[in-house]
Amino acid sequence: MPEKDLKRYWRTNLSYLAILLSVWFLVSFLCGIVWVEELNTIRWGGFKLGFWFAQQGSIYVFVIIILIYIRLMNRLDQKYNVNE
Amino acid sequence: MDLQMWTWLLIAITFSIYIGIAIWSRAGSTKDFYVAGGGVSPLANGLATAADWMSAASFISMAGLISFSGYDASVYLMGWTGGYVLLALLLAPYLRKFGKFTVPDFIGDRYYSNVARSVAVFCALIVSFTYVAGQMRGVGLVFSRFLEVDITSGVLIGMIIVLFYAVLGGMKGITYTQVAQYCVLIFAFMVPAIFISIQMTGNPIPQIGFGSTGTDGVYLLDKLDGLHHELGFDAYTSGSKSRLDVFFITAALMVGTAGLPHVIVRFFTVKKVSDARKSAGWALFFISILYTTAPAIAVFARTNLIQTVSNKAYAQLPEWVGNWEATGLLKFEDKNNDNIVQYLADPVLNELTVDKDIMVLANPEIAQLPNWVIALVAAGGLAAALSTAAGLLLVISASVSHDLIKKMIYPKISEKGELITARISAIAAVTVAGYFGINPPDFVAATVALAFGLAAASFFPAITLGIFVKRMNKEGAVAGMVIGMLLMLYYMMRFKFDWFGGGTEEDWWFGISPEGFGTVAMFVNFGVSLLIAFLSPKPPAEIQDMVENIRIPSGAGEAYTH
Repeated sequence: MPEKDLKRYWRTNLSYLAILLSVWFLVSFLCGIVWVEELNTIRWGGFKLGFWFAQQGSIYVFVIIILIYIRLMNRLDQKYNVNE
Repeated sequence: MDLQMWTWLLIAITFSIYIGIAIWSRAGSTKDFYVAGGGVSPLANGLATAADWMSAASFISMAGLISFSGYDASVYLMGWTGGYVLLALLLAPYLRKFGKFTVPDFIGDRYYSNVARSVAVFCALIVSFTYVAGQMRGVGLVFSRFLEVDITSGVLIGMIIVLFYAVLGGMKGITYTQVAQYCVLIFAFMVPAIFISIQMTGNPIPQIGFGSTGTDGVYLLDKLDGLHHELGFDAYTSGSKSRLDVFFITAALMVGTAGLPHVIVRFFTVKKVSDARKSAGWALFFISILYTTAPAIAVFARTNLIQTVSNKAYAQLPEWVGNWEATGLLKFEDKNNDNIVQYLADPVLNELTVDKDIMVLANPEIAQLPNWVIALVAAGGLAAALSTAAGLLLVISASVSHDLIKKMIYPKISEKGELITARISAIAAVTVAGYFGINPPDFVAATVALAFGLAAASFFPAITLGIFVKRMNKEGAVAGMVIGMLLMLYYMMRFKFDWFGGGTEEDWWFGISPEGFGTVAMFVNFGVSLLIAFLSPKPPAEIQDMVENIRIPSGAGEAYTH
């Protein structure tokens, strides 16, 4: 692969990582820990929202993050013809 | 059929499956032995990773831990799942592209240095031994509680089984037995959870059930908060730990998870880079089934327990209380001689001591489920402990036969010789692990945190910098790993074992507990590595090419057979 494409491929990958890891940080460290008390004032059925994020929601989002990453990278690999 | 019969029957069936798989998937080469031949499908690898990851502690102790500490235990739920995001996004695809057998392989080659390799071998051995001792103990405990065999015989039976399929099958045997073990353990975990969820809330999905209303129309979590308040405990849904510490512990567990060698090596077993990503996704999916159910079980069990025992006459307690009193895991001490159980937060007035492990093990009895469900929990606990133990033993044997002997001491060793050495090291490792299982050193409980802290402080920065910073050289990486690890060891020894003058909570740096200190040590490692790397010469050109190469997915097949 030409040098320029390689750089572009890597930069796109890094921007995917930055976005997905921000979501990862948001749902666990922010919603589940830092803002937990504020979110706990919001109810969702029997759950306080902050508590729900810490013990349920963050885990669901983690799975979704990986699924999105798999799709994005498969498409990117195809575009630059580096898939196998 | 009585409980003993059911338990023996289920254990006999599951163990014969494991042995059958081991015979069918014998390892014929070192590649089979270390990475299962490199042709495992992403789905199978995801299942195996999930079983490898979920240990006796996840299966037996975690729900109990959540039950007793409520919100504070969220650190384990987020920490032990969030690490997979890091693994999938930052490590697994690149390490698969690099395509060798072990973590020290990567560190040694990327940093073109046997010093770096030795440091990595040392960390891998400490982390894995710490972890494996606990697993063998778990095997012994399950045998002793459900089958009235003493712990020593229980550990010995477990050792023979693991020995059989780990030594014979290597990674190949382990992978396919782990697939079977995942099925056993998740079935065993979910069946009681679903039964109890229906009993208590009418909803068959525990994840939704514990946010629903009970038979009296009150939300279960509100009822539990109310009960806690009455008895003087902290509210279940809000914690008592400082937010800063919760933050740091969660981060240390996440990063530690991503840096554990027995988890990382699983991604060397798939065929190509995109399969490594996919199998990380499967792994987290399978793990999340158990991890999102555990907090539901915790709430059900806690509510059931309080309602069954609190302010009830001791003579009228159900039969299971007596059964578990006999094991010493439940203790009643009638301090005010009124023959009524006072279960309170205040240690002076409290009359009932409950071990956290009961919450999963006795849960089916508390909920009066049939005998076969209780027996299933025993088989599930064994599957969880054995699968993790086998994965760790493989890391230990590969570290010795591949990283130490083949790569450093005696590079001319033949393929056949290396395979024999790997098998002998596995036997030695099982023996040592079994010894620790029978005579557990006091530090085992304290050192699980150490395993995560060390992995976070050593491997995670060295590997990610090796992939994402081309300028990273051996001077930086070695200095970072050594300083990160020493700092972590110092902090643990000072505050867990009272060495170097000891200290109490007030002496913690910035109020961070030893469990959360791995995060600090990780940042120190990153800082030191980068600083030193930019002050010393660039890595050689071929290393920079190698970094370019592992960033591109294509060609993983060729990279494999170099």
